[in-house]
Amino acid sequence: MSFLEYAPAPESRAILSLREQYGLFIDGQFVDGRGTPFQTISPATEERLATVASANDADVDVAVAAARRAYDRIWSRMSGRDRGKYLFRIARLVQERARELAVAESLDNGKPIKESRDVDVPLVAAWFFYYAGWADKLDHAGLGANPRALGVAAQVIPWNFPLLMLAWKIAPALAAGNTVVLKPAETTPLSALIFAEILQQAELPPGVVNIITGAGDTGAALVSHDGVDKVAFTGSTAVGRAIAKQVAGTDKKVTLELGGKAANIVFDDAPIDQAIEGIVNGIFFNQGHVCCAGSRLLVQENVHDEVVERLKLRLATLRMGDPLDKNTDIGAINSREQLERIRELSDVGVAEGAERWSAPCEIPENGFWYAPTIFTNVQTSSRIAREEIFGPVLSVLTFRTPAEAIAKANNTPYGLSAGIWTDKGSRILAVADQLRAGVVWANTFNRFDPASPFGGYKESGYGREGGRHGLAAYLAPTAIGQSAEPHRVAPGTHVPIESADPAAASETHSDARSEPRPATTKKGGAK
Amino acid sequence: MSGTSLVTARERALAVLGGEPDDATLRRYLHGIAGVDAVGLEQRAAGLGTRSIKTTSKRRALDTIISLIDLTTLEGADTPGKVRSLVAKAVNPDPADATTPRVAAVCVYGDMVPFAVDALGAAHGDPDAGLISVAAVATAFPSGRASLDVKLADTAEAVAAGADEIDMVIDRGAFLAGRYGLVFDQIAAVKEACRRPDGSSASLKVILETGELATYDNVRRASWLAILAGGDFIKTSTGKVQPAATLPVTLLMLEVVRDWHLATGQRIGVKPAGGIRASKDAIKYLVTVAETVGEEWLQPHLFRFGASSLLNDVLLQRQKMSTGHYSGADYVTID
Repeated sequence: MSFLEYAPAPESRAILSLREQYGLFIDGQFVDGRGTPFQTISPATEERLATVASANDADVDVAVAAARRAYDRIWSRMSGRDRGKYLFRIARLVQERARELAVAESLDNGKPIKESRDVDVPLVAAWFFYYAGWADKLDHAGLGANPRALGVAAQVIPWNFPLLMLAWKIAPALAAGNTVVLKPAETTPLSALIFAEILQQAELPPGVVNIITGAGDTGAALVSHDGVDKVAFTGSTAVGRAIAKQVAGTDKKVTLELGGKAANIVFDDAPIDQAIEGIVNGIFFNQGHVCCAGSRLLVQENVHDEVVERLKLRLATLRMGDPLDKNTDIGAINSREQLERIRELSDVGVAEGAERWSAPCEIPENGFWYAPTIFTNVQTSSRIAREEIFGPVLSVLTFRTPAEAIAKANNTPYGLSAGIWTDKGSRILAVADQLRAGVVWANTFNRFDPASPFGGYKESGYGREGGRHGLAAYLAPTAIGQSAEPHRVAPGTHVPIESADPAAASETHSDARSEPRPATTKKGGAK
Repeated sequence: MSGTSLVTARERALAVLGGEPDDATLRRYLHGIAGVDAVGLEQRAAGLGTRSIKTTSKRRALDTIISLIDLTTLEGADTPGKVRSLVAKAVNPDPADATTPRVAAVCVYGDMVPFAVDALGAAHGDPDAGLISVAAVATAFPSGRASLDVKLADTAEAVAAGADEIDMVIDRGAFLAGRYGLVFDQIAAVKEACRRPDGSSASLKVILETGELATYDNVRRASWLAILAGGDFIKTSTGKVQPAATLPVTLLMLEVVRDWHLATGQRIGVKPAGGIRASKDAIKYLVTVAETVGEEWLQPHLFRFGASSLLNDVLLQRQKMSTGHYSGADYVTID
């Protein structure tokens, strides 16, 4: 036996107690859906995990009405400081239940546990912590004094980072004072439903966050609902376009985070071993199911052969298999449908004359799997160099000069992200300046931070998530002469607030905005 | 065990460098090697450190670690008695468990070599054959601040006394001052001094003292320099300077060794030394070796741990795997 055949090291499923059936989370309660329930499976084994309710139009009505009620009666009247307390509480609960969430995420999505454990869930907590801090500082969001919340936000998220995308949507929305109806993807609803339990645990007032499950028609009903003020969508460009059409002419504000075909540009003076790691991380992280994946490798022609050779050596060490095994590098493709799309586009690549090389991996019998694959001899006109594959498939192209690299990198209908690898700092700045992409990584790839805005150019969508910019998607500036907070009731009116913290509850009765700023801190702190 | 012959090493260096190994040529070559991105290197090392080595793999890893240890005593207070005690531990690490493998070598100061050789007796020999080598630190260890003549005499004396391996230190001052030619010549001269009258040669480990080189770029250049000059092994540290061995530094040196092998077909050894005390950490090194240069490097003539307290922690872990419970420090012997 070889040492490299590491003995199985599976993360225990014992920490996770899934229910047989999950309802819709509306107004703080799990309720039955009126659509046809569907099953969610593990893409690694095709094992059934749970039966999940489906929301029909009537359920969407109920959810939106609950969110409106919570907005009018509670959330829009609560001080930013108290909203922040709820968000901090959610963040801490996510940390406490991190292992459970990671196991659920890997089971339902197919991603390796090392990614859900070390990347997804810690970032989810970080996002809530970050926006918790913003909740009472909205005056400094760059929108002038007293920016106001939009109202009810309809949020539809994809299956590639189910819980992280939920955090990207819910955290800024709540911090800014909006209430939410969120629909997770059909193939990955579990972590969102466990998150709903966390909201109950956090005693978030009912209706502030509603989570409804279902397929595309549920999402369509949600975003087209008259009762929503804001639509936020992450997913494919085709659906994003449909949503943009649907909401055109309405008052709804929209942010869309769509596809990408990012260029990862490797210059000949790059730190080569780290560049190889960055290329691997750029396209094979999360099986390539990443909208900002570095799916187009642009290598300077004089180092092309060396880079490809080293890349192949490195890919041969990747471990594909059980997503719950702590040593798994490459998990399962999320669905049969996605696997077929990856296969179809790869076959197109071969037909177009590109050279396909796949890492030698043992493909498990059940489930959906695709070995890490690179295509060399790819031309800029190839479909695999133009279309988003959303899988572990890398197209390698070459360039000769920085100008050519920039031109090729920008020659795409997308513009979500890009990477630059060079030892020369001045080149990083000069090239980054000319790339039309929302995020440009230098000598790294696929790094995320809640303080950093993320979003696209062109067909990659509009609006930004993360950072101060991410708040702008959920706030409107207050025009001169307009009431700062239209829903605020007269001071002194009793507002029932469900809060576990008596201090928090009493504070919500006063008008936070009328308090002198900056807010005073409690006395007797550490000296 | 015999090291590379000096003639072929020099010829190989000339071929790789494309000229005499003087300061200018070496500078051109070493500074032409791609740089190292510190953040990326450390991230990769941390990633390798998350591998989960359990059950049968762990058992195998623990035994492999023992068989790769250079059990070391490098104290001013070393005596023949201390060395005999160390040797006894090297030969029979766990008296309660005869299945425990032997360590690869004992590592001592030059003047202690005769006592180590004597104490080892029939157990003295090639670690690839299950015997135990004697390694001696030489060349004015640990600082290396002495004339070349003194360094060569130090080396020759240890080899004559029966040392199978010489752990030399490079002149860090000369390296940092850009006098690469001088460092090259000294390594080559020490390599020559490793020769025995019968034509065979002690294996040469070149200590870079990475804690004093400070940057990863320097570590990479010093690694190439040491290999070009004929070193059989590149070793991180003396153990007398902090930081000593770290996982990122060792990963970087393994990458150089991998690249050298791809370029020339020759296999060079790597020895992290100093600061590796826990089995858990040592397992991370095994993973890093196996996933960077390949599993074939996990044998005594290609990878070593320079350590002293590591052995006892591995023995405790090994006992735990056999008995199912942890014992205490008094269930392993001090040496």
